[in-house]
Amino acid sequence: MDLNLNPEETKFRDELAAWLKANVPADWETRRLRDTMHERFQFLRVWQKKVYEAGWAGVAWPKEYGGRGATLMEQVIFTQEMAKAGAPPLANVLGLALIGPTIINYGTPAQKKRYLANILSGDEIWCQGFSEPNAGSDLAGLRTEARLEGDHYIVNGQKIWNSYGWAADWCALVTRSDPGSQKHKGLSYLLVDMKSPGVEVRPLRQLTGESEFTELFFRDVKVPAENVLGTAGDGWNVALGTLAHERATLGFGAQIAMRKQLDRLVGISRDLGKTNDPLVRQKLAQSYVENEVVRLNHMRAVSKIIQTGAPGPEGSILKLGWSEANQRFQLLAQEILGPYGQITGGDEAIDNGAFTYSYLRTRGNTIEAGTSEVQRNIIGQHVLGLPKSY
Amino acid sequence: MYFGLSETQQTIKKSAREFFTAECPIAEVRRLMETETAFDDKLWKKFAEQGWTGIIFPEKYDGFGLGLFDMAVAMEEMGRALIPGPFISTVLVAGTILEKAGTEEQKTKYLGAICRGEAKSTLALLEKSADWDPEAVKLEAKKEAGKYTLTGEKLFVADARGADFILVAIRAEGELSVLIVPAKEKGITITLMPGIDLTRRLYSVKFDNVSVPAENLLPKAKEAIEAAHDVACVGLTAEMVGGMQRLLDLTVEYAKTRKQFGKPIGTFQAVQHQCADMLFLLEGARSAACYAAWALGENEPDAKSAVSVAKAYASEGYRDAGNHAIQVQGGMGFTWENDAHLYYRRAKASETAFGDATFHRERIAKILIDGN
Repeated sequence: MDLNLNPEETKFRDELAAWLKANVPADWETRRLRDTMHERFQFLRVWQKKVYEAGWAGVAWPKEYGGRGATLMEQVIFTQEMAKAGAPPLANVLGLALIGPTIINYGTPAQKKRYLANILSGDEIWCQGFSEPNAGSDLAGLRTEARLEGDHYIVNGQKIWNSYGWAADWCALVTRSDPGSQKHKGLSYLLVDMKSPGVEVRPLRQLTGESEFTELFFRDVKVPAENVLGTAGDGWNVALGTLAHERATLGFGAQIAMRKQLDRLVGISRDLGKTNDPLVRQKLAQSYVENEVVRLNHMRAVSKIIQTGAPGPEGSILKLGWSEANQRFQLLAQEILGPYGQITGGDEAIDNGAFTYSYLRTRGNTIEAGTSEVQRNIIGQHVLGLPKSY
Repeated sequence: MYFGLSETQQTIKKSAREFFTAECPIAEVRRLMETETAFDDKLWKKFAEQGWTGIIFPEKYDGFGLGLFDMAVAMEEMGRALIPGPFISTVLVAGTILEKAGTEEQKTKYLGAICRGEAKSTLALLEKSADWDPEAVKLEAKKEAGKYTLTGEKLFVADARGADFILVAIRAEGELSVLIVPAKEKGITITLMPGIDLTRRLYSVKFDNVSVPAENLLPKAKEAIEAAHDVACVGLTAEMVGGMQRLLDLTVEYAKTRKQFGKPIGTFQAVQHQCADMLFLLEGARSAACYAAWALGENEPDAKSAVSVAKAYASEGYRDAGNHAIQVQGGMGFTWENDAHLYYRRAKASETAFGDATFHRERIAKILIDGN
């Protein structure tokens, strides 16, 4: 057991922390709640450019593709320091975290040359087209069809829950390219230009009132055959390839964000004269306990990946942990804020309604990236080895 | 960064598992729990031969000189095997108090005897108020003619019968101190407080004009008691993790083999999700217990809150894991023959020992909210 950073990691952390201290926009916290989604996204694009120019975009990417070649531990530090500094997320988050690394793993030299630099700089924003109206948790049931005609595919179908679909220039689209195929077989991972004729983007308004997500409609969209990533028919493996590592490092961001909110909630409790209430004290302390357990579970998981090189299905424990802890924490925040908890704006709103927003937004935490039910199925069936239920 | 066991610690774990499962299988635990003290001196001798009784103490007192994390690794295996007996009260609590507050002479005499397995001990702390905060101690020892004299009662004293000497938390001139009292001293009455955990006994200890020489006093012992409680919490939470692991293993095994409606019941998600929740609680408790052991051993700035995080989480987690274990095993889980209740009983006693989740959350609240 040794939880201290080594000299290189310390240097990495100190350099990053110093850069963030000098460069994180001071008005992000207020803009986050006040700006329209499009204003905010424009702001995040500018921010990504700045991060990119300083060499901090794609820290995990190999140096030959413009990344920093960071170790897993350095990626953890990156996520932690970004969260500690209250830094805005990078606009091209899916491109950086998922699609870029997938292109690095599976792309041809021409594909790497064409796409990677613009993902890093944020000049081309990416979204993912995975889920469909009838293929959510059961992704293997997806039906969006890609029919090969000469040197291109004709794509028809519908996708849903595409984060940043409204801002995206490109879409990483999983399609069924073999019409008779079942489940995980016969799928192809296509790189689709969102400006192609036949692509329609409809915002999907979620319960927070925002439209982070979209529905995408594809009607006879022509996609060059050279835009298949990996082997045609092997799309399932291409799509899954890089998901698990991310789960282990990204959870740290959620943990620190929650911890910062907890510290803030302690301050609010004090302002409201509630810190002598034993019930409030117990509940705040319980949130601290749960937050620490989330942090320590992640550290242990990352350490295991460093040792064994492979993330396991235990990632589901991490996902369950932070998402459910965060929901319980938001319930507590609402309880402590009392009548203020419902106020979303105006002079009396506490922190511009930040806790009201997160109360609603965290409902999505146990749904997105695999529902809690699916996570428990994975733990039961793949970690504990219980018989499959489906 | 490395979050886990070193090679040496893996060896400790392996040898601990071999030793405890060979020397005290569950059938032996069941035999011992029917005896008066739920323990047997032959087993303690074997503990001592292995070095367990002096595991965390310096070699000059015949200890083994290992760290808290090493100890926790062994404790997890003890918890898995549900080892009965006074390890925590003798080694972790009494041993630590002597090490922290004892004079050189006292350490050589009493700590040395503990390390060599020649003496067993315990701390008598709680009184009628049943408060784990040492400041709640009221029992006064009167000093006269080079002796301290005690009259009063201590409750919930673990493993008092079988102890060779008892460390009694008292007030001496108002100051929280500890008195070393030989258990056979005239005027001491030790009475069983029949408890839920069949593998560890609690007692009331009555003192009726019990006199011991003034040299038996460990003055200003508050910090030593608190340190001993932190060490005990580290050991105990590791032990609780071992118990949770065993409960999970038993439950998953049952869910894979027991058939209803033509299928193993583990096929049903309502059952799977309970097993998943058990693993979830176990893994959280394990992460927190590891960190607490490391942080306290390394004297990290957040060691105190780390200990409380681990104890609070494991206290509720072990109990909840027990609830699932019994529920998933259905009628079988409710029988005396099934081992689930033995662990469930241990979970309840462990939850209370050295402060329950509520106690430790308040300790955290003092740090998080009051900044001290």
